[in-house]
Formats: sequence, C-alpha cells, structure tokens
Amino acid sequence: MKQIHIRYFAVFRERRGLGEETIPTTADTAKELYDQLAANHDFPLASSAVRVSVNLEFRPMGTKLQEGDQVAFIPPVAGG
Amino acid sequence: MDFQLTREPIEALPSSPLDRAGGYVVFEGRVRCENEGREVRSLEYEAFDEMAVRVGEEILQAARAKFDILEAGCVHRIGHLQIGDRAIRVEVAAAHRKAAFEACDWIVDEVKRNVPIWKKEHYLEGDSGWIGIDSTLPT
Repeated sequence: MKQIHIRYFAVFRERRGLGEETIPTTADTAKELYDQLAANHDFPLASSAVRVSVNLEFRPMGTKLQEGDQVAFIPPVAGG
Repeated sequence: MDFQLTREPIEALPSSPLDRAGGYVVFEGRVRCENEGREVRSLEYEAFDEMAVRVGEEILQAARAKFDILEAGCVHRIGHLQIGDRAIRVEVAAAHRKAAFEACDWIVDEVKRNVPIWKKEHYLEGDSGWIGIDSTLPT
C-alpha cells in the first residue's frame, strides 16, 4: 500500500465532497487510482477524458505511483 | 510581466512602457450573458493554483521564444464573476504590432487549452454546469 496525496477539482471536488485527502492505495498507476476513485465516488468521466498531474507535472495516466506522490486528476479545462 | 491568478477584479492597468516597444496588444476576456443558447447569470472559475501558475508561465516563456516580442503577461481571475467582469487579461509588447497580435492570440489559445482552470456557469433558470465537462456526460 502507498500513501498518496490527492487533490480534487471542479466536478471531482463536488462528487468527492472535499478538496484534498491522503489515502492508502493498492493502485500501481495513476489510471488504476483514478478508476478506483471514480467507482467509489461516482466520478462522471472515463479515465480517457481525464489528465493527471503528479507532483505538479502533467504525466501520462499509465505513470507508476510512488509513496508520497501528490496527484491531481484534471477534468477537461475551461479557462481563458 | 508574468502569469498571475487573482481573486480581485482585474484593473485595466497597462504595464510600464518598454523603450523598444512600439506596439502593445491587450486582450480582455469578459463574462458574457449567454453561452450555447443559455442565458448566463454569473460564473465561477476554479483553479489548481500552483499548476495554473506553472503552466501559465511556461506558455509565456514559449511565446517569448516563438514570436518576435519583447514581453508578455497574463492575469486570470478566479472566484465568482458577474456579467461584464474581466476574466482574463493578456498583454504583449513588441517592436511591431504583427508579432504582438499573433503572440497574444496564441497565448489565449494555449491558456484555454492547457491551464488547469475550470468554469462553472450559473444559468437564468437556476441550474448550473461545468463547461466542457457536463456537456460531455450522457443525459
């Protein structure tokens, strides 16, 4: 099990009910973690529609997670 | 000039002039009252602050390398905005206007494409929706 710090934004924050948390996970990759969270909290987007930031860098969803990583799942952006 | 997020109203303050800049282009994105046939009452911007500033700075750096400009800067407002409020302000200084216009347009496109900021519109009917997210969901 790894402890991962997760931040939630927009629709993910609304569905999860909070902006961040640190959780233990068996997930090996960012995609596996997303799929777990999406199932647990009824996230409305498939992993293919979501980007991931690991330690403040955009990374592929297949990125392997390390203990203590700071992860944020990025739904489609709409700034500007 | 740099990339900033602000929760305060964006003022129309020009930067201090640069000696070699003959042209300044400023783009202001404002909140409009309708979108995709819906009447908008107000909207909210939410940002992943640290990453938004990092990605925004990278965009400005890339613009300085890609276009023949002297400087570029951007401010994006977050929080609850009313109709007519400035949501984003991009300013580009160059010796000549063509590069300034092109760089400004490119920066706006890149900010919209990549910066982790989300927009939730509140409609006249009382409902609301996350732009680019809720519209992709099955009804």
